[in-house]
Amino acid sequence: MLIIGAGGAGLRAAVEALKQGVKVLIVTKSLLGKAHTVMAEGGIAAALGNVDKEDNWKVHFVDTYVEGVYLGDWRFSEQLAKDAPERVLELEEYGALFDRNADGKILQRAFGAHTYRRLCHVGDKTGLELIRTLQDKVIHSDASFLEEIMITKIITEGGRVKGAIGLDLKTGEFYSISAKGIIVASGGLGRIYKVTSNSWESTGDGLSLAFEAGSELMDLEMVQFHPTGMIWPPAIRGLLVTEGVRGDGGLLYNTKGERFMLRYSPQKKELDARDVVARSIYREIMEGRGTEHGGVYLDISYKGAKFILEKLPSMYMQYKEFSGVDITKEKMEVAPTTHYHMGGIKVDAETNQTIVSGLFAAGEAATGLHGANRLGGNSLADLLVFGKRTGEEAAKFVKNAKLTRIGGNEVSAEVDRVLSFLQVKDPVNPYEVFEKLRETMSTNVGIWRNEDGLNKALAEIAELKKVAKNVGVSGSTKFNPGLVTALEVQGLLNIAEMLVTAARERKESRGAHYRQDYPELRKEWRKNIVFVRKQDGNYTMRFDPVPELPSELKALLSKEEQENV
Amino acid sequence: MSDKVTISIKRSDPSKGEAPHFVDYEVPTQEGMVVLDAVHYIGSNIDPTLSVRWNCKAARCGSCSAEVNGLPRLMCKTRVDKMGSRISIEPMRAYPVVKDLVTNVSHNWEVAKRIPPFTPKPDLPKPWRIAAIDITRSKEFRTCIECFLCQDVCHVIREHESNYLGPKHMVKVAALDMHPLDSIDRTGFLHTEGGVGFCNITKCCQNVCPEGIHITDNAIIPEKERVVNEFYDPIGILIHRRRQKK
Repeated sequence: MLIIGAGGAGLRAAVEALKQGVKVLIVTKSLLGKAHTVMAEGGIAAALGNVDKEDNWKVHFVDTYVEGVYLGDWRFSEQLAKDAPERVLELEEYGALFDRNADGKILQRAFGAHTYRRLCHVGDKTGLELIRTLQDKVIHSDASFLEEIMITKIITEGGRVKGAIGLDLKTGEFYSISAKGIIVASGGLGRIYKVTSNSWESTGDGLSLAFEAGSELMDLEMVQFHPTGMIWPPAIRGLLVTEGVRGDGGLLYNTKGERFMLRYSPQKKELDARDVVARSIYREIMEGRGTEHGGVYLDISYKGAKFILEKLPSMYMQYKEFSGVDITKEKMEVAPTTHYHMGGIKVDAETNQTIVSGLFAAGEAATGLHGANRLGGNSLADLLVFGKRTGEEAAKFVKNAKLTRIGGNEVSAEVDRVLSFLQVKDPVNPYEVFEKLRETMSTNVGIWRNEDGLNKALAEIAELKKVAKNVGVSGSTKFNPGLVTALEVQGLLNIAEMLVTAARERKESRGAHYRQDYPELRKEWRKNIVFVRKQDGNYTMRFDPVPELPSELKALLSKEEQENV
Repeated sequence: MSDKVTISIKRSDPSKGEAPHFVDYEVPTQEGMVVLDAVHYIGSNIDPTLSVRWNCKAARCGSCSAEVNGLPRLMCKTRVDKMGSRISIEPMRAYPVVKDLVTNVSHNWEVAKRIPPFTPKPDLPKPWRIAAIDITRSKEFRTCIECFLCQDVCHVIREHESNYLGPKHMVKVAALDMHPLDSIDRTGFLHTEGGVGFCNITKCCQNVCPEGIHITDNAIIPEKERVVNEFYDPIGILIHRRRQKK
């Protein structure tokens, strides 16, 4: 079995597949342990009820489903809510050391739109603990892993996977990997935007790979903007300020000293869902109540230095080092930043398999769980719950599958395609295309969207696609960042085009997708936009109704909420 | 702050027999710019073939380790305006160069594999209960981002052929040993396979840790003391022998 990506989902899948006795190879575009999971700060949402005894899976389910604005698939959210506690306790048995409460159980903190204090955490470095724990598990197992390999193509035959071709950045040589099953766990696409909290790797590679292999993509228009990113100095713009700051009591103010969340969300205030808080901050800035750098203030200093240094050490460090601001004494300056992609590869709700036989997806690369908005802490829970399940299901599949070797022609065709970027006459700089794409995405497909902007973005992307045909770089295949960017850009332009098309199509406002020209939620739009690849490489769009809630789950929703489904 | 800075990068491609040599680049500066931004500028605008490893650009992942003006640093955490008008950047010296600023650090996984993993005490009642105070010691070591700068600066690793694990891995051993529910004794491992005796506590590793982990004071010295108690202290030796007999 081949696992593409060594973040939380990929590693958790590997651990499970190994338990089933399957031979596993993990490949990662970066080094082991560096995946974007490492950046996750606030915690893992799991209804353990250690702090608030009233909490249980039903409440977690409702929070997830309702805040995803009824666009998610209940089968995913139900399983997430039911399994997360067990996955967290299991991670603890693998060696993770969570913060504790007074009776020695795992401490849980409050987070946006979670009814109860639910996030199991390790200060503000939960992702680091999660990835290290799983990484150790994998290192001490029989799994093989290859680092700094960029998979450039998934090979299929007759609707099922055969393997993948990848470029070894360290040596410049190619790998042909024949596999009975493949799990895409390659993360999101945050770097398609100019201001983002995402790592180098988050260029949506997995989405392109799976789509080219014949899988469907869904909910692409649903991009989460995290309410609080750093904004000053410009060099670090976009860097995440954890929701844990607000979870632990951080308050938002505009330049008039007004705690504006009381106006936008009198009940949940600073701890409303991310889409609500991000939009509120954005409105304050757009209406002239923002700072000179284009942000608002976030204040936790009143909690005192001891509390802050213990609970938010990374935040203290990052403001001190990068901005010269001491958050135990001063306010932080923050503005929204691109953070997470709710959309992605469409997978079966029972098996996490795509419509391509033997091709699975998990984690941020997959879609269906979060709907139109993801709750904080639900992505780490997602990695554990669905990483495990995908590893299990893929292992079952692999045990009954036959290996078909990748043919020499298939290898040479892909090698030629990659090498062609090194042989372009008068090449266009791939960074130039990438930057223009990021620029137009940030300007036109951001927190506020409208028909004009989206049309403009589509026109620019069409233009960039033409230009990108002549993208090329000098040098060799060996650790050539220009070549990697050239490969990434090809895929990203296609995904961006579909993303913007979906955003233009969805003529309503729902969750993270806010249309200035259609500011209302519209019930007839409770459907998922699915992109299907045609034989010629183009795509068609399909509109799937959201799976109906079974009556026992519907009964958990309030009367008001029930009217939306 | 001047509006330009000279970045001098040590470049090489050993597989092509290209010898290490410094190449100078003029880079316009921006407020708050870090060294990694300058390297990115060169990659995007001057030479896209310049090899550099990076990931989060937020001092969380530990990918962009290098020697900046001779000091082991994370490039993403080093402000340009604090390093002078001419900044030299070299790959880490303790590791073989892959190309330009990228080194091969895979040796660390071989070492990591040798360290006996977390092994909880058997038959603990579930869910586990651990007092908050008991996690503080282990917690410090768990902030390690595996940037390998401490390994890079360790003179035992740099200059001697030994089996010493190196500071990064000592931090890992300490993290495991100080987990309140871990059940194995890694002292024998450290004494023999781990080569802990080679460390002569010069504290260089501690000085370069971007996470501020007190590597020598809190991880290496306590572990060394345990080894000494068990293998060099006469009473300790007796206890050790008795334990082995059991």
